[in-house]
Amino acid sequence: MSWLTDTLTSSIGKKLLMAASGLFFCCFLVVHLIGNLTVFGGSETFNSYVDHLHSLGPLIRIAEVLMAIFAFVHVVTGLSLALDNFKARPVKYEMKKNGGGRTLGSATMPYTGLVLLLFVLVHLKGFHFADHTSRSVFDIMTGAFSDPVIVGFYVFAMAVVAVHVSHGFWSAFQTLGLNHEKYTPAIKGLSLIFSLTVGVGFGFIPVWLSFF
Amino acid sequence: MTKTINLTLKVWRQKNGNVKGRMETYEARGISTDMSFLEMIDVVNEGLILKGEDPIAFDHDCREGICGMCGAVVNGRPHGPEKGTTLCQLHMRHFDDGDEVVVEPWRSRAFKVIKDLVVDRSAFDSIIQAGGYISVNTGGAQDANAIPVPQNVAEKAMDAAECIGCGACVAACPNASAMLFVSAKVSQLALLPQGRPEAAGRVKAMVSKMDDMGFGHCGNERECEAECPKNISIVNIARMNREFIKASLK
Repeated sequence: MSWLTDTLTSSIGKKLLMAASGLFFCCFLVVHLIGNLTVFGGSETFNSYVDHLHSLGPLIRIAEVLMAIFAFVHVVTGLSLALDNFKARPVKYEMKKNGGGRTLGSATMPYTGLVLLLFVLVHLKGFHFADHTSRSVFDIMTGAFSDPVIVGFYVFAMAVVAVHVSHGFWSAFQTLGLNHEKYTPAIKGLSLIFSLTVGVGFGFIPVWLSFF
Repeated sequence: MTKTINLTLKVWRQKNGNVKGRMETYEARGISTDMSFLEMIDVVNEGLILKGEDPIAFDHDCREGICGMCGAVVNGRPHGPEKGTTLCQLHMRHFDDGDEVVVEPWRSRAFKVIKDLVVDRSAFDSIIQAGGYISVNTGGAQDANAIPVPQNVAEKAMDAAECIGCGACVAACPNASAMLFVSAKVSQLALLPQGRPEAAGRVKAMVSKMDDMGFGHCGNERECEAECPKNISIVNIARMNREFIKASLK
């Protein structure tokens, strides 16, 4: 297995881990968002979706374990890369301007990543690990989003997700070696659409539910 | 008649790599707008020498934009504000009378300051020594058409081979990564049939050496291609990533 550890511990290998785990989470966001759309069908539709999901049994457990592994890989590798990058320029510039490559997303990746880590922990505590015995998931959700502070935090976190994936999505393809004048403009366009869809799609739900 | 301008320079001065440096202010008076940036520093240095002071040390050689020796960060931009231009080809007509110009060396852990604006770029040499070549036996020159190379492939290889190894990509990168340089060298050889036999070993050896030299990691921020005086594209970085994945599976 030494070829695998040699590959994955190199600078490109670490980037490949970030790209693969990042794309996995992009797929997760799509599935999560499609599922969340049942919110607009009301309490019965949403709770029925939750029941169907739980009835998958071991498949859901496998998905959860996979997500935990990918989250661990994404966070630990990301922190290791960020730390190396911080050390790579010990003397900072007196004056440094951008040449036109940097974007809000690319410049803030480690910071938006840490905000998202905090959000995921808060989100899991409030929903996944909440007391499900006396309340349905829909009730837990409407209960949480009756608090304007929680709504504000969720909307802010979804804006942060949009910024993070606006760079992360296309960047993953570049890292995997997929950059060509024929299809890269399409990937970049898709990246913008994806980040807006995720930000607006997830961000609208707490606002919508806060009116209940 | 030639137009002249006066500038205030803020230049990084550092005696050697073991002592701390600082920004010093100099007046550059009567600078012809036809001069290059390096010629402007020559004029300032002549003044310093006449006053018995140490002239500003800077790297330079061909002064026609092809050797890769010169380079400094001018007003926060490697090789200055003009796109696709080396410092020696940056002309003073791009500055206005009374401008304040901040001049600093490339900043990277892998590029130690030797003196003032001169940095040690031997890390690049080490990466080339690790695999940036093809092992050919010398002998009689081969017939030019013995190995056919399609035109579009030759163009891509030539685009990559334009890299002059100046280090502006490292200076521009927010993470001080050398990926654009290494990918240009890997690409120019990987694209051509002469470079294919050693392609897998080459990319692994060069990436490994790059990692050892203390550069940061590529974050796909694209500042390198924006500041490269030879407009090397990050398409080369994607190609190197592909080569690296392929080589790992061999």
